[in-house]
Amino acid sequence: MIVAGIDIGGKNVHAVIMKDGTMLAKGAMPAGIKKAESAEQVYSEVIKKAGLKREDVERVVATGSAGDRAAFAQGVIADASADARGTHKLIPTARTIIDVGGEEGRAIKISAEGKVLDFAVNEKCAAGTGTFVDTMARALEIPVEEMAKLSLESTHAVAMNAQCAVFGESEVVSLIHAKTPKMDIARAVHDAIAGRIGSVARIVGLEDDITMIGGVANNVGFVESLKKDLAKDVKVPQDPDYVGALGAALAASAGVTAEKVEAKVVEKERYEEGKA
Amino acid sequence: MAEMMAEEKKIEYWRWPEAKWVNPKIDWKKGKIVTAGVDVGSVSTQAVIMVDGELYAFSNTRTGSDSPESAWKGVNMALEGSDMTVDNFDYCIGTGYGRVNVPMAQRAITEIACHARGANYMYGPEVRTVMDMGGQDCKAIHCDEKGMVLKFMMNDKCAAGTGRGMEVFADLIGVPVWEIGSRSFQLEKKPPTISSTCVVFAKTEVIGLLEEGEPENEIMAAYCTAMAHRIMELLNRVGVEEKFVITGGIAKNEGVVKRLEEDLGFTTMDRVWYRKEMRDAGIPFDTQIAGGIGAALFGRALIERGKAKSARKA
Amino acid sequence: MIASYGFNDGSGHWYIFIDTDKCDGCGKCVEVCPGKILEVGEDEYDPFREESVAKVKTEERKKTRYDCAPCKPGYGEQPAPCVAACEPGAISFSDGWKLLYGAR
Repeated sequence: MIVAGIDIGGKNVHAVIMKDGTMLAKGAMPAGIKKAESAEQVYSEVIKKAGLKREDVERVVATGSAGDRAAFAQGVIADASADARGTHKLIPTARTIIDVGGEEGRAIKISAEGKVLDFAVNEKCAAGTGTFVDTMARALEIPVEEMAKLSLESTHAVAMNAQCAVFGESEVVSLIHAKTPKMDIARAVHDAIAGRIGSVARIVGLEDDITMIGGVANNVGFVESLKKDLAKDVKVPQDPDYVGALGAALAASAGVTAEKVEAKVVEKERYEEGKA
Repeated sequence: MAEMMAEEKKIEYWRWPEAKWVNPKIDWKKGKIVTAGVDVGSVSTQAVIMVDGELYAFSNTRTGSDSPESAWKGVNMALEGSDMTVDNFDYCIGTGYGRVNVPMAQRAITEIACHARGANYMYGPEVRTVMDMGGQDCKAIHCDEKGMVLKFMMNDKCAAGTGRGMEVFADLIGVPVWEIGSRSFQLEKKPPTISSTCVVFAKTEVIGLLEEGEPENEIMAAYCTAMAHRIMELLNRVGVEEKFVITGGIAKNEGVVKRLEEDLGFTTMDRVWYRKEMRDAGIPFDTQIAGGIGAALFGRALIERGKAKSARKA
Repeated sequence: MIASYGFNDGSGHWYIFIDTDKCDGCGKCVEVCPGKILEVGEDEYDPFREESVAKVKTEERKKTRYDCAPCKPGYGEQPAPCVAACEPGAISFSDGWKLLYGAR
């Protein structure tokens, strides 16, 4: 059976085509402003790459924050669900998933069977996302890939006080003016965001194996900082940015076209502000 | 070239006039307690000198490279044309972002407490809510009839809803920041909405709107509305009550202030001295000196209540 | 006075509220806070007050969201340790954490 998965995120669109559990083709492009059009373009390209025609694909499932824009998909599944399915396939021992993409960061706890047990999200603020890293790399005037490698060479830990991407940019600029080596600034950036993502992960609990996915997982400097923050090993699968799309495709082959996940909410006690 | 222009624009934006004033009607030597409040902010510094709780002198200057220097600059400017010196101060309190680095001060008090007390003096005891929107933070303060803080909320973590957020927007859209307010009302169609709070994500939205051919003025309207909502959020949290005053740089942006007033359902207080004799005497009203006034008033109250000793040397 | 420590950003409101009229400065919250973000000291917002009050350390005020997350304030099975330890009931939290966890 030939299926497809498409992940339409805030920043990028990723698509994969699978046949009987094996990946035939994959492709990605920036989501841009017109996400539906980008999704259509990526989808057409991967079909072409796989040497197929549109009608060969039996089922398409979408995911991501703009997953509903894929007119050609038969259904949409939640990001956490796609992440869980994709990660479980690549690293079956994974129990904690940390997914940091362009505009969101999230932590998901999964069972040995790959089922979502709990999750927590960091969204609507660039400080805990890949956008923060991109912005700081721009301020440093180096590509993200270079910043990632540079931070591994850092010898001095520099603290970054700003907790906002806008204020962080000015802080990076003043660090440059203070002649702080770029490698130390790079590490400060990664440490700062790792601290924020780490605390989101602690909400769901840190159970081995901890696996990191999403575009930022390609950033070796960040992964190193995250390992330090969590004081745990962190595994990164190959092509970590395609895990969501892979998960959607796996859902498609399982015949799942809609899946929502709910965080484990316990509300025995309520603490309204101002009155304890 | 584009960078140079952006730089120039920023300098222009901050080129507000410095000010100073000495009250010729007060003979400070006949007064009992002389107190000073020095508010060293990230952008501006004010020094206020009061004699027995009456405004004697003040200055409003740009903050320089370091806080002690800025504090001296402010105090010296305020004392210019007077025979008073710092040795005549019974007590001096530092406030604002640089409050711990005010050399002539005996104590530091947060600007939140000082703003509330200063607003009480300037606008009168009916002030219940003070909203201060600075370049890098915003504060909502709920206070009582004595100017004591009942509840406050401050946000200095996130650039959204601060002057900085507006500057980033002005740079992006390529319009001088002081034009945004008035242009945001020159509309031909219903403005779009900007849903992101985060400045970085809002930037992406604005780029999208520009690409779609949305007119600039309509986008400015959308951004001002978003900023007004953002301030409302904070105000609602502290419980906004009349009478309401708004201070800080964003108070000069009518695009934000008018939309905020619409949301609130009432207008901000007129910028005039509460006491008629001060109005009649023509004492210049400067919203930026609220923090300094509050600090100077606290100094006097601490001495009168026996909670501080006079540090007067001459 | 209700002192609010923390921040709000696009992701929500992340404030710890300390009612300084109720707080007696006993410091039990400081002892139990696993993130070590609380301290007892001078009331920064009421210059006339002589008694010490609990407050959030200055350097932690922009990080409340992350510092407090592990205690699940406002939505966990147990009240956050600081809330549980505070006999006068002076400590409470805004709803950011609750929404983060429960809103979907």
